[in-house]
Amino acid sequence: MPFVLQTEKLCKSFGALTVADAIDFRLEAGARHALIGPNGAGKTTFVNMLMGAIAPSSGRILLGGEDVTRISQSARVKKGLGRTFQITSLFRSLPLLDNVALAVAERRGTAHSMWKPASSYEDIIQESTELLATLGLADDARVRVADLPYGKQRLVEIAIALGLKPKVLLLDEPAAGVPSEETEKILGTLEKLPSEIAILIIEHDMDVVFRFARRITVLVQGQVLLEGAPEEVARDRRVHEVYLGEQQHG
Amino acid sequence: MILYVIAVGLSVTMGLMGFINLAHGVFAMAGGFILSYSMERFGVPFPLALVLAFASVSLGSIVLERLLYSRLYSAGELAQVLFTIGLIFVSIALARLVYGTLTAPVFLPDYLTGQVHILGRDFPAYRVFLIAFSAVLIFVLWFGVERTRWGAMVRAAVDHRGMAQSVGINTKRLFMLTFALGSGLAGLGGALGADILPVHWGYPLEHLVYFLIVVAVGGLGSLRGPFVAALLIGIADTACKYWVPELGAFLVYAATIGILLWRPLGLFGVRA
Amino acid sequence: MSGYVADPRIRWPEWLPWIVALAAFFLLPEYLALGARILIFILFALSLDLILGYGGIITLGHSAFFGLGAYTAGILSAKLGVNDPHLQLVAAAAAGAALGLATGAVILRTKALTLLMLTLAITAILLEVANKMSSVTGGADGLSGVQVNPLLGLFKFDLWGRTAFLYCLTVLFLGWLVVRRIIYSPYGAMLTGIRENTARMHAIGAPVYWRLVLVYTISGTIAGVAGALLTQVNQFVGLNVLGFEISGELLVMLILGGVGRIYGAFVGPAVYLVAQDYLAKQFPEYWYFGIGALLIVVVLFAPGGILGITDKCLSFFRPKSSARASAH
Repeated sequence: MPFVLQTEKLCKSFGALTVADAIDFRLEAGARHALIGPNGAGKTTFVNMLMGAIAPSSGRILLGGEDVTRISQSARVKKGLGRTFQITSLFRSLPLLDNVALAVAERRGTAHSMWKPASSYEDIIQESTELLATLGLADDARVRVADLPYGKQRLVEIAIALGLKPKVLLLDEPAAGVPSEETEKILGTLEKLPSEIAILIIEHDMDVVFRFARRITVLVQGQVLLEGAPEEVARDRRVHEVYLGEQQHG
Repeated sequence: MILYVIAVGLSVTMGLMGFINLAHGVFAMAGGFILSYSMERFGVPFPLALVLAFASVSLGSIVLERLLYSRLYSAGELAQVLFTIGLIFVSIALARLVYGTLTAPVFLPDYLTGQVHILGRDFPAYRVFLIAFSAVLIFVLWFGVERTRWGAMVRAAVDHRGMAQSVGINTKRLFMLTFALGSGLAGLGGALGADILPVHWGYPLEHLVYFLIVVAVGGLGSLRGPFVAALLIGIADTACKYWVPELGAFLVYAATIGILLWRPLGLFGVRA
Repeated sequence: MSGYVADPRIRWPEWLPWIVALAAFFLLPEYLALGARILIFILFALSLDLILGYGGIITLGHSAFFGLGAYTAGILSAKLGVNDPHLQLVAAAAAGAALGLATGAVILRTKALTLLMLTLAITAILLEVANKMSSVTGGADGLSGVQVNPLLGLFKFDLWGRTAFLYCLTVLFLGWLVVRRIIYSPYGAMLTGIRENTARMHAIGAPVYWRLVLVYTISGTIAGVAGALLTQVNQFVGLNVLGFEISGELLVMLILGGVGRIYGAFVGPAVYLVAQDYLAKQFPEYWYFGIGALLIVVVLFAPGGILGITDKCLSFFRPKSSARASAH
């Protein structure tokens, strides 16, 4: 089975500091894959490289079997790669509907049209509204993002990514910064994501990871320590030392 | 080289504070006026007048910084650009009101006028003095930044402001002092250069492009950058005027565009 | 204002500027020259608002397009004998577009200070060229002898500026329609997205660079047309159309009116030019002082400009609908 997303010996160094060291990674179609590791392990850098926001020092990235290492971020998005940001990155002064509609319009290829008013594109508006509805946000469609509570903003992050109908979705700590009462909502949303999408989730919260992931990759200091099923990872002594042990102490 | 003295302060403050200060030329103009006024009115000798220019512009800039600039640190580029343009307009209006449309007269001391004989060729004494002064200045600055504790803090804050703060560096005071230094240097540069770049009410606007070119091409936050850039500009300008006078300053602008496209952060830019 | 939930139909307050303009035409015939100047600068400000208020591109070199358009029209007439005003406009538009495309493609890969710097450098180059090529441009003396044939073969430019005023009004009206269309279209919503959060736009697959180049080109076209209008109305082109002062003043006008909301481009130039006409003559030294001080005050205390202030005043009287929506 071809992998939807793959890296071969992906490396990244900032001067003398190596943040990614020959990372080999594979994501299958429909995967529920988690990337964990202590702070500073290089997880977000890895995601940034996958997206094309940062260029790797060496190595290859393959999307659906195609080498995309040199291709721009927006081109990769057009090929089916989507992401959410760890620190909420939305269009804050725009209403919710617009946030999603912008993504939908990009996907449909009508974002650049200048003649008809945006509000006349009923298909885009309808699709965006339906998408918001699946996340329980339909009532807030006209509310400015800046006026929403943080928990809902994290959901909007996911909504925008879904608007792109991605084949691969990279979720960067989707529950980060959300008060614990609202985490359940986000987790519920994640569980209901379409099964065709391959999902890579970066997380620190182990409950989320073990509930959600079918495979886990452990990243430590830019290197892959271990990759396997959740039970394997939970049992592995090295992981305990490096990562889970850290949580016990600090 | 005057460009260097004036612009190096701008490079540091822009690199450090991330603040687009288009009004830097105002401080240079103030320095020039202070030099001229103090020498003419009060007979202050040249070296002392230079010190006076540096000190008073520094102090003045601290006042401005505390009152106005500091409110805009996180206000976004547009606000900073607009604010400093407003400052330019206010200053040139004030300069015009106080000084009229005349240029500030400069009386160089005798020991700096005339020619100097070096290596078998005659050079204008003042230019030699300026080059020597700039060289000393860059050395002092380099020493200050690389070897002193203040310099270390500046470098840390330029590299990563948040980190510097969490290590306990008082960035507010650091900004204030560095801004004062940068502006003081501008005042000094304006005073030193008053003979070559005449000081008059339109000064900050007239030379704005050049200051920005030196800083942008040299790279924000670096000390060497503006030196190299000023050197390049000086050479290009002179060469152009000598060989192809019809082109005027065209070569400088074209070179600027070329360099900035090749190295958008400037030749020695620090990634802020 | 723009976006997928906005209502694109023209609301009645939007007809006010045109009513005011026509009223001025009939009631203030002595001020038509000033009026035409205001209309030209409104068009110019609209072009700047497009890239600044909606695209988030900060430029100090917009006079490059304005000046290029002005000189194109002037040179066509004074040097090449092409006096047809429509051709002059089209040529100026084409020149503005060409410059916008060429420079935009080159400089829009950069950001912030570098971008600002490059806009200044480009304008400085054009100014140098205009200065040196005095055989073509008239150099520092300016280009006179510009002639403009009657519009549509019928309307001659009269001494009282009546034709000029209505001409500028018509061109402005058309320009306004175009800009308004763009802003309410998906492209306009997308521009707002770029301004709000460029990183996000990249992450949803928007080719940000090309979109910005496009709007920069459009903006350059409109600014070029505005410049040509100035030449046609004054029948003269001076070096100042390429100067930093005009770029700076335009920025002030737009900020004064309010950025990113089409009508700021109407209010700002009107207020500024009227004030300048009255005050600058009386107290020329104090004019720059006042403008500078005003700019500082606006930046520190009223960043939304005049329209921002009126918004705040009006919201005292309107029910707080946004508070209701966010209450759940």
